[in-house]
Parts: sequence; C-alpha cells; structure tokens
Amino acid sequence: MAANAFEGAAPRGAITQPPSSNEYLTDRGFRLLTVCGASLIILLVGYILWKIGGQALPAIYRYHLGFLISTNWNVADQNFGILPEIWGTLYSSILALVIGGFFGLTVAIFLTQDFLPLRLALVFRTIIEMLAAIPSVVFGLWGIFVVIPAIRPIANWLYDILGWIPFFGSSLSGPGLLPAALVLAIMILPTVAAISQDALNLVPYRTKEAAYGLGTTRWEAILKVMVPTAAGGIASAMVLGFGRALGETMALAMLIGNSNQISLSLFAPAQTLASLLASHFPEAGAIEVQALMYAALVLLAITLVVNMMGTAILTITQRRISGRS
Amino acid sequence: MYWRAPFAVFFIVVAIAVSPGKVAAQNVKLIGSGASFPFPIYSAWFKDFSKKNDGVTVDYQAKGSGAGIQDFTNRTVDFAGSDAAMTDEEIAKVTDGVVLLPVTAGEIVLAYNLPGNPKDLKLPRDVYPDIFLGKVTKWNDPKIVAANPSLKLPDLQITVVRRSDASGTNFVFTKHLSAISPEFAKEVGSGTTVQWPKSDKIVAAPKNDGVTATIKQTPGAIGYIEYGYAKLTKADFALLQNKAGQFVLADTKSGQATLATATLDSRLRGWIEDPAGPDAYPIATFTWLLAYKKQDAKKADWLRKLVEYCVTTGQSISDSMGYIPLPENVVAKIKTASAQIQ
Repeated sequence: MAANAFEGAAPRGAITQPPSSNEYLTDRGFRLLTVCGASLIILLVGYILWKIGGQALPAIYRYHLGFLISTNWNVADQNFGILPEIWGTLYSSILALVIGGFFGLTVAIFLTQDFLPLRLALVFRTIIEMLAAIPSVVFGLWGIFVVIPAIRPIANWLYDILGWIPFFGSSLSGPGLLPAALVLAIMILPTVAAISQDALNLVPYRTKEAAYGLGTTRWEAILKVMVPTAAGGIASAMVLGFGRALGETMALAMLIGNSNQISLSLFAPAQTLASLLASHFPEAGAIEVQALMYAALVLLAITLVVNMMGTAILTITQRRISGRS
Repeated sequence: MYWRAPFAVFFIVVAIAVSPGKVAAQNVKLIGSGASFPFPIYSAWFKDFSKKNDGVTVDYQAKGSGAGIQDFTNRTVDFAGSDAAMTDEEIAKVTDGVVLLPVTAGEIVLAYNLPGNPKDLKLPRDVYPDIFLGKVTKWNDPKIVAANPSLKLPDLQITVVRRSDASGTNFVFTKHLSAISPEFAKEVGSGTTVQWPKSDKIVAAPKNDGVTATIKQTPGAIGYIEYGYAKLTKADFALLQNKAGQFVLADTKSGQATLATATLDSRLRGWIEDPAGPDAYPIATFTWLLAYKKQDAKKADWLRKLVEYCVTTGQSISDSMGYIPLPENVVAKIKTASAQIQ
C-alpha cells in the first residue's frame, strides 16, 4: 500500500482533518475490491468465450461458414447446419419483442403516469414482477395446456380464410411459432415493464409540469415529452428483453415444435438455437458436441450484435434528445 | 440457457468427486448416470434398495444413454445405464473391463389423440412407418379405414409428435421402423437422433412427458412414448401389426412374448428389431446396466447385491411400473454375468 500522502499535512488547530490512515486503507481496499469484481466478470465472460470457442474450433474448421447456411442437422452423416435455428431464434424473439415490448411499455406508462394511486401502482408492479419468478418450464406447460388450445381455433380460422398470405400459410396443430412467441412475450414482459418504469420515473416530474404549462394535453405530455425523454432507458429495456428472448430455452423447447425447417408461417413449427442446444447436448457424441458449441458461439455472437445495436440506438437517441448532434 | 449444461455437468462432477471420498469410510455410495428410459423403475429400485440396506446409497442421474456411457468411460460414476448397451469400440476404451446387464425391458407404444376417443385403433405394418415418413397424412386414409372398419375415423390431419432430444427411445423406435420399412431405412435411418422429414405436421417435444403432453393436447396427434408413460397418463395407444400379421396390444404378456424371441450375444447384448412370434408386440427393448469388472472390493460387493436385487425382488414391480418382467433364462444369465463384477 502506498504511503499516506496526507500524513502530517494537517495544519494545527484546524477543524477539518486529513483522512486517517485507517480511512485511507479502507478507501484503497474498497477500490481494489471493485476493480477485482469488475475484472472478474470480464474474465469470466472471456473464459466462457475461450472455452466454448476452443471446443467449437474443430467444428469451425470442418464446416466453415457453410454451417450458418446449411439446413441439415444430421448426426448420422455428421452434417450440421443451423440456418433454420437462426431463423427461428430471430423470428420468435422479434415477434415476442413486438408483442411484449408493446405491452411492457403500455404497462409502464400506465403505472408511472398518474393513472393510478401510488400504492395501487406498487401492487401492480409487484404482480408483474412476480411473472419473472415463474420457472420457464411452468410457462412451457401453461403454453401447452392453455395457450395452444386457446389460439388454435383462431389460428385455423385465419388459415382457412387467409391461407394465401404466407404468414398464415399452414394450420396450427399444436406446437408452433405463434404460441412460442406469445409465451415468450409474457416472459419478457416483466423485464421490459420494470426497466421502462424506472426510466420513466427518472424523468423529473417538473418536465411534465413544464409540458402542461405549455398547454399540452395529458397524452401529448406522455407521448411527446415523457416517453421520448425516457427513450434511452426504454430502448435498453427492449434490448434486455430481446436478449432474454434470444436465450430462453425450456419454454421454447416445449412450445416451438423443434422442427428443422424455415417457414414464414406463424403457425408452423420451428426451432431455436437455445432449444437445439438443450435437446441435443445430453446425448451428443464428440463431433456433435463440437457442432453444438459452434451453435452456442453463434448464439453468443447474435446476442452481442443485438446488444451493440441496442447501445448504438441508445447513443443516437440520447444525442438527439439532448440536442447535440 | 446454453451455459447451463456445462455448468450442470461441472456441479455433478464436483458432487461426484467430493461426496464419495467423505463418506466412503463408513458408508457405501454408488453413483450412476445414463439412460432416462428406465429411470422411473431404477429410481424406485434404488430407493428401496438404499432403504433396505443401511449405510448404502444408490444415486442415479437420468442424463441420457450417451452421457452415461461417457461418464462411465471417464470413470466419474460407479455404474451407468444405456438403452443402446455399448459398442465393442466403446468397451475397448474402458480399461477396467465392462459387464453389460440387461436388467429391465420396456415397450414403446404409439399413443394417439382422436376426437371421441376411439379405442383399439389398429395400425398395419405398411401404414405406421408411412405416418412417420409424413406420407399418410389423414386419419381417414383408406389404408387406416380398411384396418379399422368398426371405427369412425375423422377427416383430420395427422400430427406426428416426435422426441426433440436424442434418446434411447428414438434409437429403438427408428431401428424397428427401419427394419420393417426399407423406405424409412433409406430416408430417415436409425439412431438416437435422426433427420425426420421436414413437414409442418411433424412436431417435436422434449422427453417422454413432453411428447405425452403434446399428444394429449393436440387433436389428431400420434407419437411414440414408453408404455409406462402411456399407462400412467391413460393415453390411448394403437394395436400394431407384428411380423406374423397379428394386431397386438402392448402389455406385459405381449412384451414377454417379444423378449422370448431375443437372442443375446456373449456380452448379453441383443436388439429385437422385428420379433417373429404371433403374440409378440413389435417394439420392445432391453435396457442395460453397465458395471466395471474391476473396482473397490466393497463397491463391487454392493453392486453385485444391487444387481441381484434388481433381477429378483425388483422384477415384481416391473409390471405395475410399465416395464416387462425379465424371462427366467435372462435372469439366470445376468446372475452368472454379475459374478464378473469384482
């Protein structure tokens, strides 16, 4: 530890005192601790990447980038590709984000913009956050037993009359993209709602009062002042929600139908990367494990790209709001 | 998420590495992992065995046959379970020698969900492989109607439900379909995971319970599950036409007739791809317990006792748990083979 630079620096009879060496040590110690904690996290991410990357390396050499555009997952021929999985992951997550993001933001506005007495809003908030505590497998079962039977008649009616639109191009028999995306939307709702609420709460109330003072209506104040001001936080809520949707495993494995195909239809079964990993890991042989690690690496890369895009959007919106460009 | 699996493996390895060392002085702890197909009966057996023998604990983790063989080869377990036994190459990797014991057997049924719950649906040999190839797509297909003149079959699309995870159930089922349908053998083949035809009407669900739940919730669905699960959930399952041309319902009797046709090799391996007997149910299989020939004397002693328990007292609950009690000659062979565990 470095010597206390303030030692002997105190003028006689002063009210203020230089930090004692004890305080000095605590301060330095705490700083060291935080630096350690922060670097440990970075190290951990690096270690995970290194481990997964190392195990994926043989598969990367063997399949190159063709892995990303091949549609087969054939253990017997050791012919692996993950295009349907990438497609299914992005399709289901984007769909979930559109639905969950919309409702999450609506809920956040409802709970923060003086629609409810403060206490009642707190109760609502707690209930929504409880959604986050429900295990994934319970969501999966709920999807199988409640969501699918509920949407099946509607889906098949849409297929009957609008079947020529590619989005409704097949009938819904059971598991499929739409039920999976709906359940996924509910699963990301608490994340989106909670962070959006925090973001909206952070906007000083005076901003709203000022907006009212300029003669805006309530809705103008919310949609044109409050929400844009909180846009940075709301965008990060969306990014986090999307990240959660990308990595969600069990509920999707139960609901998406795990079919290795690419289809625009909302009612057709599909497959996601996380679900592929979960269902194939336990029984995979050496070469399949390498391919799965490659797939895991791709999933990590997708998450990274999404996060970076989120940060970029955040920076741009904040710049625009603060008037600098 | 995707890092859960390695983490879980890590914790299991730690648990395995730490636990026996601490307790070995006083107690015996046998740890196994592998096939999920026999998990219900294994857990019942091992619980009962641990209860009856003070100081002995037997733990079994249903990770899947492949993972079980891997653990067994890496010596992280005391025994393992596998639906596919072990190949000669895999056996060669285990320096301490391997004893393969077919301690129980099960059947795979085709469970279905049809409006009005018609019972005793009959599926001919040339039809059910085609259903799983996605070629027979309607329940009122003339071939199905012809085999079931007494049933009123709806004009409904068949939704095939398959396993999404690799499994011994897949292995046994696809092996049977490949044996009876050359086209299935060519287009899909057999294995713990296979490339199923791409179709909107072939969906996959994880594990036996996932497949069962999906069938139960999907009108027009058909899928393959273990007999035990079908029994437990009271699902309707089809009578299948066997090699002799008879329509047979899966139960203990027809299962035993199937096992009687099995020939086991010197390592007690043997698959029943297409049994010939007139009463034999077409899709049944043994599942194997893997043990080392050489190990700690105390563990070997208890392992032998465990095997003895499984093939004697244990067999009495087979029936109620949806497994097939072993034929006498197989029990005798297992008893002889288990003497090799030293």
